[in-house]
Amino acid sequence: MENFEPVVVAFCCHYCAYTAADMAGSQRLSYPANVKIVRVPCSGKVDAIHVVKAFEKGADGVVVAGCLEGDCHFKTGNIRASRRVAYLQKLLDEIGIGADRLEMVLMSAGMGERFAETAKRITEKIRKLGPSPINAMVLSEARQSAC
Amino acid sequence: MITAERKPLDELVEYIRPFDRILLVGCNECVTVCAAGGRKEVGLLAAALNMTFLKSGKSLQIKELTLERQCDPEYVEELAAHIDGVDAVLSMACGCGVQEVARRFKNTPVFPAVNTKFMGASERPGIWAERCQGCGDCLLGRTGGICPIARCSKRLMNGPCGGSTNGKCEISVEVDCAWQLIWDRLKALGLEDRYEEIMPAKDWRTAGGGGPRKIIREDLAE
Repeated sequence: MENFEPVVVAFCCHYCAYTAADMAGSQRLSYPANVKIVRVPCSGKVDAIHVVKAFEKGADGVVVAGCLEGDCHFKTGNIRASRRVAYLQKLLDEIGIGADRLEMVLMSAGMGERFAETAKRITEKIRKLGPSPINAMVLSEARQSAC
Repeated sequence: MITAERKPLDELVEYIRPFDRILLVGCNECVTVCAAGGRKEVGLLAAALNMTFLKSGKSLQIKELTLERQCDPEYVEELAAHIDGVDAVLSMACGCGVQEVARRFKNTPVFPAVNTKFMGASERPGIWAERCQGCGDCLLGRTGGICPIARCSKRLMNGPCGGSTNGKCEISVEVDCAWQLIWDRLKALGLEDRYEEIMPAKDWRTAGGGGPRKIIREDLAE
């Protein structure tokens, strides 16, 4: 599908992932503008409803980005987030949106390059998957009325 | 508490497919504790159902509400203000709650969103295990606080069977042998003699064998 620009919401923990994103900025590493960053105090703060609502409001993909294992500022927040993401992936399969639209990534605060690469990789992955099934309906209707 | 688990999404979709306006009701008690039907789960299920129907182009109107309990008429009455604006009710409460809502609102179809499982307790966060089967004649005082009715696969009353191996039940290594637990507990309490007391055949009438049960408190009944 041409001209499809995916919307990817990235929940980034303040201590690592968000700082990595900031580092990518200071290193002038470009990453796709498709990734919209939401700063959270810890990836473990991201609740199931946040992810599901993101999809309900039209996100094509969601990323939860936290600290590397053992490095969470709040001890086990990133572990809880990983488990929660795994549970949500099953739910997304049930709904029909697809588990591959949700991903958990880990990085440290200094990994500006990893953030940029991850943002690029996930944007391309979602671009290949196409618009979220709930948007596909809206998009095709808009196309039909435009003809 | 009473534990439950959400029904598979496609089953719920089939229940509400004919309707356009749904009232999704949660319960703030047991199903909240076991993360099956509380306010959070109501929000999640509403979004999940909305997206499922959006995929096929249908826009579902879902009203979300969580009552303190659904097993008391005073709380169920709170739904009266909303019932006229909906075509069906999907209740995330245990079977008791679903039935009370259905009893009060006879003209609106009421569907269960969870499968009610068992009366149990939290072993660890996120893990709930069966503890009580409501036999109506509690014998926990004689078994050191461990129930052989709920926790013994065969509901034996006088010690383990030959299948008890290394403290586990023969049906699965994940199930503890209740009588092993009882013996260990009685020993720790210094009450081994109690193990020798033979328990007579149980009267199962109080356990539901005599039909649906009811409690009437003369001093409280109106």
